[in-house]
Amino acid sequence: MKRGFPILAIITGLLLSFALYEALIAAPTEQTMGNVQRIFYYHVPSAWTAFLLFLINFVASVTYLIRRDVKADILALTTAEVGVVFCTVVLVTGPIWARPVWGIWWTWDLRLTLTLVLWLIYVSYLMLRRFSTSGQTPVLAAVLAIFGALDVPLVYFSIWFFRTQHPSPVIGGGGSLDPRMAHVLLINWAAFLCLAWLLCWTRYQLELVKREIEDAQARESLVEGTR
Amino acid sequence: MNYLYAAYIATWIIHGTYLAILVRKYARIRREMETLKK
Repeated sequence: MKRGFPILAIITGLLLSFALYEALIAAPTEQTMGNVQRIFYYHVPSAWTAFLLFLINFVASVTYLIRRDVKADILALTTAEVGVVFCTVVLVTGPIWARPVWGIWWTWDLRLTLTLVLWLIYVSYLMLRRFSTSGQTPVLAAVLAIFGALDVPLVYFSIWFFRTQHPSPVIGGGGSLDPRMAHVLLINWAAFLCLAWLLCWTRYQLELVKREIEDAQARESLVEGTR
Repeated sequence: MNYLYAAYIATWIIHGTYLAILVRKYARIRREMETLKK
């Protein structure tokens, strides 16, 4: 896997550059919103990536609660952290897009509010993991993650079942997206998925080594204590 | 056009900041490993 890392990093870099070119230059300009609509190519794939990472976090958390598998716990931590990064991108790019289109930076619309709540849940999850000194921290975090994951379908389906300020889903929601725009959207999503994979893999390895060091330090202090 | 660039730049600042956090974590772990080897 060590050999795979530079290859994946190069592929991700190339794909992100190509996706940026496609989003800024190759994609057709939307007639109503103009160039500002191109924010869509970063905003939507970031949201999908964050949802996917929170879904993996949910599965890893449930696995940890059932099997007490340390690797599942590390995967849960990793996906929550990278998921928060992508969710932050969604919450920052959304208002920047809303200002010229809606005339406001933010509105307490159902989808926007639920996305903010989702972000706050996972930030509190990371705070819990960072500052709690209890031996039960992974269990408490896993339970919190399960409740946090319940917000993901609420965010996703809020625009299907409720009348909101946020536009309808572009795929599968009756929206009519230009095939060239859909193509650019999928390229950008593929690039962000590669980036997410790279960040998760790096974070996972760091956490694995960190825990090995902590175990070694604990063993060392135990040996010193018995002398 | 300014809003478009602002959104793209903000995205890369967020990812860059997270990458910097990972690099700092990596440096700290390396220091701890060296201390442990001594």
